[in-house]
Amino acid sequence: MSKLLNVSSSPHVRDQVTSQNLMLDVAIAMIPATAYGVYQFGVKAALVLLVSILSCVLSEYVFETLMGKPVTVSDGSALVTGMILGLNMPPAIPLWMPFLGGVFAVIVVKQLYGGLGQNFMNPALAARCFLLISFAGPMTTFTYNDAVVSPTPLAAFKAGQSVDVAAMFIGRIPGTIGEVSVIALLVGAAYLIARKVISIRIPAAYLITFSLFVFIFGQHDLMYVLTHLCGGGIIFGAFFMATDYVTRPVTPKGQIYFGILLGVLTGLFRLFGGSAEGVSYAIIISNILVPLIEKISLPKAFGKEGK
Amino acid sequence: MGLATFKGGIHTYEGKELSENKPVQVLQPKGEMVFPLSQHIGAPAKPLVAAGDQVLVGQKIGEAGGFISACVISSVSGTVKTIEPRMVANGSMVTSIIVENDGKYQEIKGFGKERDPKALSKEEIRDIVKEAGIVGLGGAGFPTHVKLTPKDETKIDTIIVNGAECEPYLTSDYRMMLEEPEGIVKGLNIILQLFDNAKGVIGIEDNKPEAIRLMTELVKDEPRITVCPLKTKYPQGGERSLIYAVTGRKINSSMLPADAGCIVDNVDTVISIYNAVAKTTPLIRRIVTVTGDAIANPQNYNVRTGTNYAELLEASGGFKTEPEKVISGGPMMGQALFNMNIPVTKTSSALTCMSKDEVAINAPTACIRCGRCVNVCPSHVIPQMMMQAAVRSDIDTFVKLDGMECCECGCCAYACPAKLPLTQAFKEMRKTVIASRKKA
Repeated sequence: MSKLLNVSSSPHVRDQVTSQNLMLDVAIAMIPATAYGVYQFGVKAALVLLVSILSCVLSEYVFETLMGKPVTVSDGSALVTGMILGLNMPPAIPLWMPFLGGVFAVIVVKQLYGGLGQNFMNPALAARCFLLISFAGPMTTFTYNDAVVSPTPLAAFKAGQSVDVAAMFIGRIPGTIGEVSVIALLVGAAYLIARKVISIRIPAAYLITFSLFVFIFGQHDLMYVLTHLCGGGIIFGAFFMATDYVTRPVTPKGQIYFGILLGVLTGLFRLFGGSAEGVSYAIIISNILVPLIEKISLPKAFGKEGK
Repeated sequence: MGLATFKGGIHTYEGKELSENKPVQVLQPKGEMVFPLSQHIGAPAKPLVAAGDQVLVGQKIGEAGGFISACVISSVSGTVKTIEPRMVANGSMVTSIIVENDGKYQEIKGFGKERDPKALSKEEIRDIVKEAGIVGLGGAGFPTHVKLTPKDETKIDTIIVNGAECEPYLTSDYRMMLEEPEGIVKGLNIILQLFDNAKGVIGIEDNKPEAIRLMTELVKDEPRITVCPLKTKYPQGGERSLIYAVTGRKINSSMLPADAGCIVDNVDTVISIYNAVAKTTPLIRRIVTVTGDAIANPQNYNVRTGTNYAELLEASGGFKTEPEKVISGGPMMGQALFNMNIPVTKTSSALTCMSKDEVAINAPTACIRCGRCVNVCPSHVIPQMMMQAAVRSDIDTFVKLDGMECCECGCCAYACPAKLPLTQAFKEMRKTVIASRKKA
């Protein structure tokens, strides 16, 4: 033997899954919703997505370079943040807004707290909320069939109008680029669950709690519940944003509590709040509570149950 | 429901196809024999011989140095050259008896004499097991006579023979189940003789259907013995996972299997008990799998303890590609060697030679809190949080998070997509905690 042998502590084998693979899987899972958004809203939607992604990736690259830190753009997390941010934008938004959002998401919410794994709020959602508060007008102006300004079905529904649930399920409605097509989102969600990238715990607890909440405090009507499930960003939020690794509890029981909290908050905001929407705020508020949820949901070690 | 198993664990590349169909070959040693006085958990043995003494095959050369300790038996005949520290697989220097093998294999008087276990009392059997130097051959090396002497023997209701062999690449237990199944059944019957209220269960992972078939066939007329097929999943053969899979009972780190009414012994250990009790043959050999993608001819060997690892390597045709990593044991719990000049001890299950070191290839990145470590942990703790505590050397938090329940199986580090050395950090922390408790 000419070379020296490597010596390290066991185990000596590693799974093939890397953080980068997981991020790419999340990106792949968003392709159906992205494709549908571009198909429905056209070139301007594609540009919004492109600007969001470039803004996030460039922000990460520039910040890490300036700070003399290793550049981690290749881990794919900035790409995912950019996609989620873009999919959360109305298609007709001025392009400098998603750009600003990307800078805020990556630099303020993620990098200033220590980079990947250290942020306590979902960067894309925090940026969306930042833009919503700062530029309420453009952020809530939705177009459909080119330049026709119309309310989202959820807003119309809240105002007491009747809506077409089938159109909402397919996505033939105004809304943000990525939230409109429930079916496209569910295809991506199925991919994530089948690949074991996410567990069903958070989305299931979230959607069940939310359904019960609107059934009890809204109308005792299944069609009413279904309309709420197909409207707004709840499906997108439940499968793609509430499940963000960094900002959800890592304890299995905590994930259930987290889902329940999300369901209650979203129901509260949608039924009793000023806006028809509530998913983004529900998620970032729950994000803040994650350390507390983890504290009360630590599992009992094997063989120490009941002790 | 499906097969008996536990919650958590991982499915790795098994690597067993390299050596599972290779019948065990007897390998005679060539060079000097090294018998470390500590090949087991507990106090080191005390040497009974001195430089210049003549020893015989089967002669006790080290006396158990306490209750939790084990005797050391010479596997060859020859002359004691010296007693000096030698390096063992975990890298530490252990006082060892060095014997110059005369190649005659002269046996001690009475060696190999057949006797009827039924005619022996419980005390006689325990004494034979102790004098034969038998320890857990699965890897931990816990003295077997101690296991067979629980506080209250009437409370023991299940004797589990561990044939799971969940560690990747290892095939020694599998070969023993195929080649010496009678020895397993007879050995188990000897243990059952000690525990009147117990039944025997042979647990085998379902990736070894041939062993399950053979053992099931063999125990069909044994009223007290059954075979329990287990789901193939690492660490199915871990003591806690195995007891849970077979009996549904749970033990934690501060409990012994006996607290759950169980005694767990590895397949090879049970055969050693049979050999010692029924054939007056103490523990002087073990089965070692020489395997890995860097080995020319993967093989299972019946080796005399004390043989140098380099001789096993040579017998297998050496390396076909240059290895990056050589492991004593399997890839999940084995110890990486930087030198092949190491003796085969009672707990040497394998020599696994890898042409690629996956640890070196995968540089650690930031934790993304994905929770994969949580999903795979058989101890149901939160490795992600324990790692944060370990990085800060925060012992209090580590203990509060039940870090001491970690069984060091390696599942978390295997599953981690950020390739963080979780298990390594936990081993360090656990050592620190145990040391500080001893001081207190």
